[in-house]
Amino acid sequence: MQLLILTIVLLALTGIGFSTGRRRALAVVEGNPRLLHSLPNHHGYLVALWCGIPALLVVVGWLAFEPSLLHALVISALPPELTEMSDERLSLVYNEVRNVALNGQTAGSDAVAEAARHYLSLRQTLFGATAVVALVLAVAGLAWARARINRDLRARNRVEQIVTIFLVMASTVAIFTTIGIVLSLLFESLRFFHFVPVTEFLFGTAWSPQMAIRADQVGSSGAFGAVPLFAGTMLIAGIALLVAVPLGLLSAIYMSEYALPRFRSVVKPMLEILAGIPTVVYGFFAALTVAPFIRDLGTSLGLTVASESALAAGLVMGIMIIPFVSSLSDDVISAVPQSLREGAYGLGATKSETIKQVVIPAALPGIVGGVLLAASRAIGETMIVVMAAGLAANLTANPLEAVTTVTTQIVTLLVGDQEFDSPKTLAAFALGLALFTITLALNAVALHIVNKYREKYD
Amino acid sequence: MTETTQMARLGAVRPTAEIVAARLKRRHNAERRFRAVGLGAVLLALGFLGVLLFTIVGNGITAFVQTSIRVDVTFDPAQLGIEGDTSADALAAANYQAIIKQALYRTFPEAKTRGEQRQLGAMVSSGADIELRKMLIADPALLGQTRSVWLLADDDIDMAVKGHIPRQPGIAGNRLSDNEIRWLDELESRGAVKTRFNTLLWTSGDSREPELAGLWGAVVGSIYSLIITLLVSFPLGVATSVYLEEFAPKNRWTDLIEVNINNLAAVPSVVFGLLGLAVFLNIFGMPRSAPLVGGLVLALICLPTIIIAARAAMKAVPPSIREAAAGLGASKLQVVTDHVLPLSMPGILTGTILGMAHALGETAPLLMIGMVAFIVDIPATPLDPSAVLPVQVYLWADSPERAFVERTSAAIMVLLLFLALMNLSAILLRKKFERRW
Repeated sequence: MQLLILTIVLLALTGIGFSTGRRRALAVVEGNPRLLHSLPNHHGYLVALWCGIPALLVVVGWLAFEPSLLHALVISALPPELTEMSDERLSLVYNEVRNVALNGQTAGSDAVAEAARHYLSLRQTLFGATAVVALVLAVAGLAWARARINRDLRARNRVEQIVTIFLVMASTVAIFTTIGIVLSLLFESLRFFHFVPVTEFLFGTAWSPQMAIRADQVGSSGAFGAVPLFAGTMLIAGIALLVAVPLGLLSAIYMSEYALPRFRSVVKPMLEILAGIPTVVYGFFAALTVAPFIRDLGTSLGLTVASESALAAGLVMGIMIIPFVSSLSDDVISAVPQSLREGAYGLGATKSETIKQVVIPAALPGIVGGVLLAASRAIGETMIVVMAAGLAANLTANPLEAVTTVTTQIVTLLVGDQEFDSPKTLAAFALGLALFTITLALNAVALHIVNKYREKYD
Repeated sequence: MTETTQMARLGAVRPTAEIVAARLKRRHNAERRFRAVGLGAVLLALGFLGVLLFTIVGNGITAFVQTSIRVDVTFDPAQLGIEGDTSADALAAANYQAIIKQALYRTFPEAKTRGEQRQLGAMVSSGADIELRKMLIADPALLGQTRSVWLLADDDIDMAVKGHIPRQPGIAGNRLSDNEIRWLDELESRGAVKTRFNTLLWTSGDSREPELAGLWGAVVGSIYSLIITLLVSFPLGVATSVYLEEFAPKNRWTDLIEVNINNLAAVPSVVFGLLGLAVFLNIFGMPRSAPLVGGLVLALICLPTIIIAARAAMKAVPPSIREAAAGLGASKLQVVTDHVLPLSMPGILTGTILGMAHALGETAPLLMIGMVAFIVDIPATPLDPSAVLPVQVYLWADSPERAFVERTSAAIMVLLLFLALMNLSAILLRKKFERRW
């Protein structure tokens, strides 16, 4: 709330900065803007930027460093009998202090209550200091920039410089996101590989991610062999592709080669709806409708089907990725030059013969690329498998049994209470790293194939 | 002459024309078959869509009404436990469950044993007292009087009335006892059971009781998240596109940025959730389950979509417009802000809306940052713990009660409605403002 008020005050000051800068610029040349190097508005923007940017940077800095600064200050002020405890106990105490201070929980001891009061007063002081610094900076920046206004000030160039810097910084966000993903996955995975050797993770065939609370516990050592997860992922993604590739490819062929424009303009958006439906809806559909249906069907045929069979999850995932396959194939099929088709017709081929023997072979690299993209989609898909696939790791190729997947395990390991130094939680990051690497590789290969194909006909 | 003799000598050989005709027939049949298979694939895909939507609507449509039972409730001060004290505090803290129970016992005096009375009491929702409290606080003069009140029924009664669980007595394992079924039949014959529009679904937060669970908390959470997402991803996306499209020199650095953006578009969303968990929660210490963090993660997810759409829209603005503006003395930035951006804005906005629609349906990354907590309160700020619509769907889908199947389907219908509205507005925007140069 205080922060909101501070931000609003700063923004208001910035607005004032703009109008004073503008007025000042006009006053300098006695109301004749032609004498100015830059437009009055640019002078206004420059003053506003000088007023707003340093102050907002201070506020952002406070937001970023407040938690760690408060942590250090409060801990150092704790009575010695509390600070001498182990780090884990200390962090528990600190959490209690925060809960007492912020959520009105009743303190367990006087020391904690005292620390909570200290926490609140520190926070208030820090915020007050930040607010004062920010406001002083804003006013000073405003006054300084306003005083510098003269008819030759190259305000426009300055403003544009600042804006360009902002543009460059914005465009690096994508890079920082990638770096952030790679570093956070890598860092936590390395911690995981301290507990579990890489070879065991990659080649082990048993997965039961629990850790012992006591060393002598029965079944204490968890197993972190990810092979059953990779196998399960491949099985479900394979079923999905078996559904999506024929259906998607055939509908793409029908839509681009046979369908009348009216039919196409109605049906194509309807197929795209399949891609727009949230995956959690597919998951619900798979768990509520498809899985029981398949189980009952199997029972009536005399087969035992698990109620969380890989078939159900794969089937529904296949439905979801039909539009990916069909729209990508549609693009590449339309990109096949008309002259190839006409050549085939000239030799007397029927339409289907032309498609099967000329168009599809010519479009094949693009179609393969599209299928690979769809495969990477299927491997990274989470909600359908979380809701419709099993949780127990099961190394099997039988689609009627329950298997678990990489994404399911990531979600299962991280939902609920977590401590950040147990291999159980860290395993999720190692799985995430594997997932990231696999999908990235698939995409790189797919894009490479698609681009190469494009060059051929351009 | 010689030809005919040759033919005669070969005897059984058919004339070429006949062979060709036969093969042509076969080829044409193959052609028709291929075409039918293609059409079949399209129709099958559409059929899946139809079955999906039909199942959801069929399961969820009944959630928009809710069963109530009419009972004559006596606002007895002794039962309420507020002898004489009619201050607002006392009225708020009074025991309304007791007068509901009394009213039910009076309606069905045959329920004598404790077990029967418990079954009878369970026919009314445990949240029905809220309504009575509101009534009495609004009008304290009701104290000591008897009023005929429509009380919210328990979810099992509701399911029975809607026909989702059987109402024949004597079925083993039925959630309703034979007594409850008999009482329900009797109430119905008296006209004391009705279904009315389910306002709680739209106004309350989550609850363990299906009949009290509502979507409003999740809707508010989704709105907060999407606002954060929009505030972060729209400026960043537009700035990135402006830089890449109008300013960036063609060099390795620019290539690196472009490769990164394309890669991010393909990264599974659950990985973004891991990023949010490791960076936003663990390093920056942001609150768990908050729409603020959810919005930031979703912003990163839909940033590539917005950038790709915005760049396509800017590319479509013809160079002649830039050259004309530059010729009149505009600086490079002025060309962009005064001409390129306004002209490409419809395309950028369309892409942004589509990106937002995508973000609205995202579930997995939000599970990673703890938005799966059970939260009853409606979030007041983006820093409060909250659910979002798709996560609410996930949570309800996990609940065993039959009534939650109905609620889940209803939540999905609401989610799909929002998505449809967003997509529709994107299409309309494109239709209305798109310019072909």
